[in-house]
Amino acid sequence: MIRVALPHHLRTLANVDGEVELELDGVPTKRAVVDALEATYPVLRGTIRDHATLERRAFIRFFACGQDLSLEPDDAPLPPEVAAGEEVFRVVGAMAGG
Amino acid sequence: MSGVRLLVGTRKGAFVLTSDGTRDEWDVSAPMFAGWEIYHLKGSPIDPDRIYASQSSGWFGQIVQRSDDGGKTWETVGNEFAYAGTPGTHQWYDGTQHPWEFARVWHFEPSLDDPDTVYAGVEDAAIFRSTDGGHNWQELPGLRTHPSGESWQPGAGGLCLHTIIIDPENPQRMFIAISAAGAFRTDDGGETWLPINRGLRSNELPDEDREVGHCVHRIAMHPSKPETLFMQKHWHVMRTDDAGDSWQKVSGNLPSDFGFPIAVHPHEPETIYVVPIKSDSEHVPPDGKLRVYRSRSGGNEWEALTDGLPQEHCYVNIFRDAMSTDTLDPGGIYFGTSGGQVYGSSDGGDTWNAIVRDLPAVLSVEAQTLP
Repeated sequence: MIRVALPHHLRTLANVDGEVELELDGVPTKRAVVDALEATYPVLRGTIRDHATLERRAFIRFFACGQDLSLEPDDAPLPPEVAAGEEVFRVVGAMAGG
Repeated sequence: MSGVRLLVGTRKGAFVLTSDGTRDEWDVSAPMFAGWEIYHLKGSPIDPDRIYASQSSGWFGQIVQRSDDGGKTWETVGNEFAYAGTPGTHQWYDGTQHPWEFARVWHFEPSLDDPDTVYAGVEDAAIFRSTDGGHNWQELPGLRTHPSGESWQPGAGGLCLHTIIIDPENPQRMFIAISAAGAFRTDDGGETWLPINRGLRSNELPDEDREVGHCVHRIAMHPSKPETLFMQKHWHVMRTDDAGDSWQKVSGNLPSDFGFPIAVHPHEPETIYVVPIKSDSEHVPPDGKLRVYRSRSGGNEWEALTDGLPQEHCYVNIFRDAMSTDTLDPGGIYFGTSGGQVYGSSDGGDTWNAIVRDLPAVLSVEAQTLP
């Protein structure tokens, strides 16, 4: 079970409170997490990554275990603490605008 | 009793303002989609409870919301706006070529006869259509792939398609406007498009009379005279009486002919409204006085409408989609400001009242006349 924290506006859009819990098959990766997020909450399609290119939107970041994973390969395994559900995978709206 | 519903898009959410036919007292809704930019909301002319809303964010992109109950509840519909084919490039601010990139929906124009059909004007400039109530969107690529498309350059607000007008007498004919490419017309339902900018002059351009490149801010039409269009250009107020084949300047005695919105009186096709703004460098009313100007002669002769509007210390802007009219008698006219005020007049502009004063910056106002 993967725990995911969404930013406020995406929680509102997906109509969820607090963390989201996802069950994934296989080794958890960023791509697998976002795939599962979009499958569970179709309203999030296009808000985290581009519909067509599947590239992360410019002002979205991915954090976990005190690290910025945004630039890691999409298919790289996530830290074992995230895979074990001990740590949260965070989708973050980049700070911008002062 | 009939009534009016104003659909107000702001920098931080949408609001619905409602009144009965007297238009004396208004109910102001709680914010909807709070914190999101709502560029535009518009209802179907034949089913006013069907409303489309453009919800967007620099972080999270484009969301499209649809209501089937007049804005009480909403559902998200399709938000994939994929350009047809290989999009290619257009001109960037510095003159280099730049890939066509979807940013947001600026304007929705529901069909005049089918609530499930709606057009979307987007940035980077293109027109899309949905025929299933907003679930799926297809580009009408004949516009963006016009031979002039590679030369289109964004205005300060982006390369946005902000105006869509459907001819009520000829459903195959539509007019659109793009900042800063100009106005275009289709006579075949959107397959092909013709630039209609003859007579426009823009001294910001190396060739003032060129076919495209003009920064058209807004176009308005009265449904009883679809060959006549009124235009607020970057500078200059213009009119055409031949569906855009030629334009004439009708700025007349305006204190400034820079501005954004333009509207036509609901019952008087030669009565038009603009809000003069000081200049392209200072987007505020001249002399700190918020004045709507009305012409009853289709332009050239203008009168200032000031009763109820601030006549000192006023430095707000009025965006291009933020003026609208109802169809009651006498006709009502409404506009919103960058300062969060929404003003209304139930007597064609003679007197004004602030319906609400402290909303976020108002991006769009659409008036719906309810049965």
